[in-house]
Amino acid sequence: MSKISDLFKSKPHVINVGIESFKDDLMQQGSEVIHLEWTPPGRGNPSLIAALDKLESPELLEKIEAANQLAVERIINSHPVLIGYDQAINCVPGMTKTTILHAGPPITWDKMNGPMKGAVTGAIVFEGLAKDVEEAAKLAASGEITFSPCHEHNCVGSMAGVTSASMFMHIVENKTYGNIAYTNLSEQLAKILRMGANDQSVIDRLIWMRDVFGPILRDAMKLSPNGIDLRLMLAQALHMGDECHNRNIAGTTLLIQALTSYILQTDYTIEQKKEVFDFVASSDYFSGPTWMAMAKCALDSAHGIENSTVVTTMARNGVEFGIRVSGMPGNTWFTGPAQKVIGPMFAGYKPEDSGLDIGDSAITETYGFGGFAMATAPAIVALVGGTPEEAIGYTTKMKEITTTENPNVTIPVLDFMGIPTGIDVRKVIQTGIMPIINTAIAHKDAGIGMIGAGITYPPVEAFEKAMLALSENIR
Amino acid sequence: MLVQALIKPNTYFDSVSLMSLSTKANQIEEVDQAIIAMGTEMNKEVMKNVGLLTPEVEGAGASDLIIVVKAATDELCEIAFKKINDLFTKKNSGKKGKNDLKYSTISSAAVSNPEANLAIIAVNGAYAAREAKKALENDLHVMIFSDNVSIEDEIELKKLAHEKGLFMMGPDCGTAIIGNTALCFANAVRKGNIGIVGASGTGSQEVSVRIHEFGYGISQLIGTGGRDLKEEVGGIMMLDGIQALEDDEETKVIVVVSKPPASSVEEKVLAKIKTCKKPVVVWFVGGNEEKITEAGAHFAKMSKEAALKAVLLAGADESKLNKRALNIPLIEEVRTKLTPEQKYVRGLFSGGTLADEAMHAAMEKFDNVYSNIQRNPEYRLKDRYTSQEHTFIDFGDDEYTQGKPHPMIDPSTRLERFIQEAKDPSVGVIVMDFVIGYGAHEDPVGAFLPAIIEAKQQAEQEGRHLEVIGYVLGTDLDPQNYEEQINKLLAADVTHASSMQNAGLLAREFVVKGE
Repeated sequence: MSKISDLFKSKPHVINVGIESFKDDLMQQGSEVIHLEWTPPGRGNPSLIAALDKLESPELLEKIEAANQLAVERIINSHPVLIGYDQAINCVPGMTKTTILHAGPPITWDKMNGPMKGAVTGAIVFEGLAKDVEEAAKLAASGEITFSPCHEHNCVGSMAGVTSASMFMHIVENKTYGNIAYTNLSEQLAKILRMGANDQSVIDRLIWMRDVFGPILRDAMKLSPNGIDLRLMLAQALHMGDECHNRNIAGTTLLIQALTSYILQTDYTIEQKKEVFDFVASSDYFSGPTWMAMAKCALDSAHGIENSTVVTTMARNGVEFGIRVSGMPGNTWFTGPAQKVIGPMFAGYKPEDSGLDIGDSAITETYGFGGFAMATAPAIVALVGGTPEEAIGYTTKMKEITTTENPNVTIPVLDFMGIPTGIDVRKVIQTGIMPIINTAIAHKDAGIGMIGAGITYPPVEAFEKAMLALSENIR
Repeated sequence: MLVQALIKPNTYFDSVSLMSLSTKANQIEEVDQAIIAMGTEMNKEVMKNVGLLTPEVEGAGASDLIIVVKAATDELCEIAFKKINDLFTKKNSGKKGKNDLKYSTISSAAVSNPEANLAIIAVNGAYAAREAKKALENDLHVMIFSDNVSIEDEIELKKLAHEKGLFMMGPDCGTAIIGNTALCFANAVRKGNIGIVGASGTGSQEVSVRIHEFGYGISQLIGTGGRDLKEEVGGIMMLDGIQALEDDEETKVIVVVSKPPASSVEEKVLAKIKTCKKPVVVWFVGGNEEKITEAGAHFAKMSKEAALKAVLLAGADESKLNKRALNIPLIEEVRTKLTPEQKYVRGLFSGGTLADEAMHAAMEKFDNVYSNIQRNPEYRLKDRYTSQEHTFIDFGDDEYTQGKPHPMIDPSTRLERFIQEAKDPSVGVIVMDFVIGYGAHEDPVGAFLPAIIEAKQQAEQEGRHLEVIGYVLGTDLDPQNYEEQINKLLAADVTHASSMQNAGLLAREFVVKGE
């Protein structure tokens, strides 16, 4: 039967774009209507619309679709496994004793915000390069410290992301594609280096992590014959109600469970082992960085695919939000101003105390969990100020800007829909929908730490710049 | 300031929920500062730092819920605790269902709803073609309500639609009835066996309403958009529409409605009609009878005539139809009321084809007929704010709608003009349409009533009779109350015309002098 006679024989089932009263009239007549949440593509900017149009010409479209398919296949088929822990100087590519890695796109000392400066000076003191934070600040400004983004060293870093030579790192290997990703250990929450705090209690904790916590984890993992399958564990944690960015209760439990028998077999004292378990139990966040390294490991394998418009990195340095796109290989960053994070705050703090969005943790959303998997974590819907239905809405909305769903990591409440995977720059520009990011809030000043958590979005400028560059680059 | 604490032993809440509750608690008027948290060492440390650590709090354990409030007095503390308690018990209401799934692109809506079959596009013309293309690529029929779509885009879209066997109605298409469902601006008419393809929105509405009034109904009403019969577009949608109705089993008779097409397109359309196995009635406003009858089609000069021919071809018994002939005694009566100076008709229309039809009726009797839609430039209005002799205005034309909704929704521009025309002593008749149906104003007559009453009184005081003709385009099934609209006209002493054709004919006859 032809499409026209089909139409004549059934009632119109309408997709309504624009004037909403048409929807009401149709519904009054008993028609099924979907009213689009439509906004002008590219915010109505003619050069962006021209770029979209160009990439939609049939021959380019075919190339792009094929490249994006490849990119998401690589993300989905990646099999990141935790294979060990070691100090950064021993494993991270390009690491030196005077290198400080930081979150987000490249930034210089003079431009860093409060929390990042706090973390940098704390790390310099921790590394013994300066005797106190004042001296550390001078050293940081002297040019003798090499600053570089974590992302440019196969790493990711939570919040300030500050990573120095002797910090212990997760080592995550992509069993499918062979690449490796790193991230440092969770300091747990509140007054900690990655949130910009740097007093003696912070340094003491880092020393304990370097001398006890890290070595125990390192030695424990040496006893694990096959490593720990992080993709499987991530999928389990999501089924247990984590979204694995702001809520990590289930994931932390699973991870420490997997590590426990190896930890028990190490040669450290009972007292030291107890310290490790107590530390892990002191907050739910222990597995937070682990998932970030897992996501980084998968996304790196999808970076640098010619003609792909899939986003492989979203990261913030507290001043700028930067993205990288698969089809723009290497360290090509597209940036815009970092945004405020909106959400509940610890008592005693106000929104004006918060620093701007910071950290590499948006790698979780880039992979498809965190804010993208809000529907799995009804326990934290307060972060979005609302109801489980709204949380589900956030997840389904992300399907509008992603390429596919990841069948390896699913969401029970959405009939086991796979997490939305492969953010497509074109779709972000077309719809005006920004990726949603669940994240923590650091105090804007150095030395204070975490003061809340909530949600934020990337600046649209980063995607607009990427769109224009892609339209130049893809021919 | 007082600091008071309430400990709820062994009461667990997720830290995020507690942060959210804390935020709300701090917004309570009576509260100077409040913290709601589990009694972990970290939280106790925070409370210590902000001076909220009481001995009770110090003694609380990690599984105890702590509520600490700082307020001015005991009484305020108590109120605050009560309000915080309410925060814990308050459950959210207003559940949203699955049906609220939102989509931002046609593609995602279409992929998730495979049963969707039609996209209506009413966005800024600069974006409409893009969206229409997406819809066609997703195998959806398209109706573009938007105007300001380039003719190049229109041609490309229509070619694509034709290749894919899809409808591409518009751009600038405001009227269609598909599967007995009115789309955008259309009337609720009976389902029947007469199909319409129209390049004119109100023209098609008028024919459908007349068919309904004659007791017959519409199978499908397909809109093509006003430019379809231009040389460049070549009638792609008109030809596909005729074919579709020929193929449609429900359709017995086809009515084609348009302003006169470009001659090459007219040839194509008539050639198509010639091979059509079903009877076709053609109403090209101001069209040529000879060519049409040569093509084996039934010629209609006016709208009611088109509807009448269609229902007769569909099997109506002419003797049983109420054809609502012109009221000749009324014409005589009005002529005697008008002074010799009251020579002119002013037609103020919200529907373009309605204006055109009334204008053509006048042109049969008079030479000096001016309009903003006159095809002859000599008779085009020089100033759109000033009428000349017989003047017919289509207020839906772009020049009158800059930055405003269509006059079928927003009566303001036409209303101002009515007041102006009513003061002109050379005006004998003002004729207006009032369009109801889906999409239209909820009470178009009501919007004009005070102005009409006042104008008629004013004229009376000045010693002349102002004749107003009103025509309500609508049916008894429309969402507005059709009868009530007519009754309002009658109550204001407006002459109610039973059709657009009659409105045009009455208007011109009223001002004919000395026949």
